Amino acid sequence: MSETIIDQVTQGEYKYGFTTDIETDIIPIGLSEEVVRLISAKKKEPEWMLEFRLKAFRHWLTMEMPTWAHLDIPKIDYQSIAYYAAPRKNAPKSLDEVDPELLKTFEKLGIPLHERMALSGIAVDAVMDSVSVKTTFKESLSELGIIFCSFSEAVEHHPDLVQKYMSSVVPYTDNFFATLNCAVFSDGSFVYIPKGVRCPMELSTYFRINAMNTGQFERTLIIADEDSYVSYLEGCTAPMRDENQLHAAIVEIVAMKNASVKYSTVQNWYPGDKEGKGGIYNFVTKRGICKGDSSKISWTQVETGSAITWKYPSCILLGDNSSAEFYSVAVTNHHQQADTGTKMLHIGKNTRSHILSKGISAGKSQNSYRGLVKVNPAAENARNFSQCDSLLLGDKCGAHTFPYMEVNNDTAVVEHEATTSKINEDQIFYCNQRGISTEDAVGLIVNGYAKEVLNQLPMEFAVEAQKLLQITLEGSVG
Amino acid sequence: MEQQYIDLYKEHHESIKKHSAEVMNELRDNSFAQFEKLRFPTVMLENYKYSDLKTPLAIDYGLNINRIPIPVNPYDVFKCDVPGINSYLFFVVNDAFYPVNEPRNKKLPKGVIIGSINEVASSHPELLKDYYGKLSKTKNDGLVAFNGAFAQDGFFMYVPKNVVLDKPIQLVNIMRSDVNFMANSHNLIILEEGAKAQFLICDHTVDDVNFLSNRVTEVFVGENATYEHYKLENTHTKTTNLSTLLIDQRASSNVTANVITLHNGITRNTIEIDLDGEHCETLLCGMVIGDKNQQVDNFTSIIHNKPNCNSRELFKYVLDDLSKGGFTGKLYVAKDAQKTSAFQTNRNILLNKTAKMRTKPQLEIYADDVKCSHGATIGQLDETAKFYMQSRGISESEARLLLMFAFTNDVIENIRIPALQDRIKLLVEKRLRGELSKCEGCVICQ
Repeated sequence: MSETIIDQVTQGEYKYGFTTDIETDIIPIGLSEEVVRLISAKKKEPEWMLEFRLKAFRHWLTMEMPTWAHLDIPKIDYQSIAYYAAPRKNAPKSLDEVDPELLKTFEKLGIPLHERMALSGIAVDAVMDSVSVKTTFKESLSELGIIFCSFSEAVEHHPDLVQKYMSSVVPYTDNFFATLNCAVFSDGSFVYIPKGVRCPMELSTYFRINAMNTGQFERTLIIADEDSYVSYLEGCTAPMRDENQLHAAIVEIVAMKNASVKYSTVQNWYPGDKEGKGGIYNFVTKRGICKGDSSKISWTQVETGSAITWKYPSCILLGDNSSAEFYSVAVTNHHQQADTGTKMLHIGKNTRSHILSKGISAGKSQNSYRGLVKVNPAAENARNFSQCDSLLLGDKCGAHTFPYMEVNNDTAVVEHEATTSKINEDQIFYCNQRGISTEDAVGLIVNGYAKEVLNQLPMEFAVEAQKLLQITLEGSVG
Repeated sequence: MEQQYIDLYKEHHESIKKHSAEVMNELRDNSFAQFEKLRFPTVMLENYKYSDLKTPLAIDYGLNINRIPIPVNPYDVFKCDVPGINSYLFFVVNDAFYPVNEPRNKKLPKGVIIGSINEVASSHPELLKDYYGKLSKTKNDGLVAFNGAFAQDGFFMYVPKNVVLDKPIQLVNIMRSDVNFMANSHNLIILEEGAKAQFLICDHTVDDVNFLSNRVTEVFVGENATYEHYKLENTHTKTTNLSTLLIDQRASSNVTANVITLHNGITRNTIEIDLDGEHCETLLCGMVIGDKNQQVDNFTSIIHNKPNCNSRELFKYVLDDLSKGGFTGKLYVAKDAQKTSAFQTNRNILLNKTAKMRTKPQLEIYADDVKCSHGATIGQLDETAKFYMQSRGISESEARLLLMFAFTNDVIENIRIPALQDRIKLLVEKRLRGELSKCEGCVICQ
C-alpha cells in the first residue's frame, strides 16, 4: 500500500510546466563590467545607479561562493548565464496592449489579470522575466499616496527614496548572491506606504522565469513609514526546464515607528523532474528591519518548489518594543534540497520574535532548518520562542535542524523546541477505521500539520498554498 | 602559532618516538602530516564556532618530550579525594602514569589491566594493536591530529569479558610544573562483552602557571557491556583543557557519560559517541558553573548508525560574570537507523548582563521511523517561584540559591556513584554560594 502511495507521490509531475513563445531581448551570456554597464544602459539608469552596480560588481569579483550550507550544489558557471532578459515589445499602456501570449501564460497560471482586478481587488504587478509588464490599480493606490511600482520606475520617479533606502538593510557587501544581485539586478517591485496610511488591499506580485538560461535577479524594496500597514504577497511559478536556473533576489523591508509589514510568499519554482534533473536554484536574501519603535514585520513562506532553496528571511529588531514573526512550511520531494530558516537579531529593548517552521520531506529530498536568534547586550527583556518540526515521509529523505542561539543579555528569554518524526501510524489507522483511505488520511494529517502556518496567509493565498502542498506531494500525501 | 610545533616535531621527532610505545609511533607521522594540513582549529570552523582557542594556543608552553620524571608526591598535593568514595585509585601527573602502591588496588578483579600505554605495550601488545587509534585516526580534527603527533603516553584500562568491577576506577589527573606546560595524553579504555565499569576522572592543577592539556580518550564498549564515565573538572583559571572523548558502543551496551565543569579556565570538550550496534542505550549529561572569565564549550555528537537505539542528552549551564558558554548538540541518525529515539535538552541560566551563552542543537536525520526532539532555553530564574519563597520568609539570596540548585540537580541525579553525587552536590552548593570551591590541597585556585 505504502509503496503505491510513494509511487504516486513521485509521479506527481509539475503542473505548470510550459514555455511561452515570446521574443525576449537577451544580452549575451557571461558577466563582466561591460555587461553591468550594458544592463544599466538598457534600463536608462542614472549615473548613481550605475556606480552602485559597478561598486557591487567589483566587490563580487573578490568573493567566493559560500559552501557551509547543508546542500549539494553542482558547480555554477557564472559566465554561462545571461544576466538580462526583457520582453522585446515596449511596455504596454493598457491591458489591450499586453502581448496576448503573455496574457495566456497568466491564464494558465491561474492569475487572469483582469479577473483579479475585477473580483478580488488585488493590485498585481506582474513580472514576466525581468521587466515589469503590467501594473494595476496604481491609480487607486496613488490617491492614498502609496507608491507601488516596478523598481525601474521608482529609480526614475522617486530617486530620493530609492537612494535613501536601497541597500540599507542588505548592504551590497552582504553575501555572495546579494552582491551579485546588486551588480546585475534587472527589476522588481517598489512599495512605499506613507505616514499613517493603512494599505486597503493586498499588494501582490507574480514572478515567473520564462526565458531559457536567464538568471532572475529581482529586487524588492518595501518601505512602511510611521503608523502605516501593508500586506505584501509574492508568488512564483516557473515553466519546466532542463537546465538549472539561478535565482538570486533581494527583498528589503523597512518598517518605521509603529508600522507593520506582513510579507507572504508562496514559492513554487520548478523543482526539477523526479530524477532530480533541472529545476531552479533559489538563493535569495530577504531581510527586514524594524527601524522604529513598536514596529512589526511578519514573514510567512510556503516553499514547495526549487531544486535547491537556500534562504533565510530575517529581521533586525532595532526599535524598542518591536516584534517579528516567521512562519514557514517547506516541502521537499524527489531530489529537492532546502536549507532555509530565519535570523532574528534583537538589538532594541523589549523586542519579541516568534519562529514557527514546519518541514516536510519526501522522496529523496533533504530538508534543513537553520536559524539564528541573537540577543545583543543592550536588548533588555528580549523574548524569543522558536519551534521547528520536521515530518519525514519515506525512508530515503532527510530532515535536519540547525538552530543557533547566541545570547548576550541576562534578561533575555530564548526558547527553542524541535521534533522530528514520521506520521503516526495510529492516526492513519484511526482514519482508516472511519473509512478514510490511507492516501486521504496522509493528506489530512499533512495539512493539519501545516495548518498553523497556512492560517497566517491571506485567504486567497491560503487556498493556493494548500493546492500547492497537494501538487507537491501529489496524489497521496495531501 | 603552529609553526613552532611543526619545527619542534621536525627537529625532535626522534626523541619523541624514542620515549613512546611502538603502537603510538606507527600513527605519529600520519597524524603530524594531518596536523600540518589542518592546523589548530579556529572559530571559522563550524565545529569550533564557539571555542576561541587563539589566546591559549598562543602561549609558549614547555613540553616534556624527553620524559623527565617530575618530582611530586600526589598524596601531598592532592587531598580533595571524594570523601567516602570507595574506589580503585590511580594518578596521572601531567601525562605520565604515576605508579603508587595503593593497598586497595590489589583487590582488582582478575584479568583487569590498568596501567600506562607504555607499560601495556610491552606486556600486552596485542590489546593495543587492535584498539589504539582506531577511533581517533579517522577524525578530521586539528587537536586530535596534534595529539596523535605529540602524545607519548596515556592511561590504559582493560576489563575482560563478563567481569564486573565492584568499585569505580578513579583517575586523578594532576598538572604540575614550574613553567607554562603542555601535556598531550592519549587514553584507552576497553570493555569486553558483558563487562561493567565505572570510571571517574578528576582534573586538578597545582602550580600557578599556564597549563594546556590536550587529551584524547578512546573508549570501546563491547556487546552488553555497561560503562559509566564521569569527568570532573576543578582546575584554575589559567588552565586550558582540551579533551576529546570518543566512545564506540556495540550492540545492547549501555553508556552513561557525565561531564561536570565546576571551575576552570578555558575548556573545550568534544564528545563523540558512535552507536554501532542495535539496542544501545546512551545517556550523556553535562553541567557547567561558570564565572569570572571562564569559557566552556561542550561539543557533543551522538551518531546513531544502527536501528533501535535510545539516546538522551541533558546539559545545563549556570553562567555569571564574564563567563562564556557554548554548546553544540549534534544528533545524527543514519539512513538505516530506524526506530531510533533520541532526545536532547540544553538549558541555560545567565545570571548577569555580561555572561554569554551560545547554543546550537543540530539534528541530522536520514531515517524516517524515528522519534527525535531537542529543546534549548536561555533565560533567568523563575520570578514567581522566587517570589513564592520570599513570601514565605526565605531570603532572596537563599531563594535564588535553591532555584539554581534545583536547576542543576537533574544532572547531578544522573550520577550513579553515591559518594560522588554527594560530593558534587556539596561542591555545587559551595560554588553557588560563592565560597571557595577549591580543593583543600590546591594552592592557587580561587
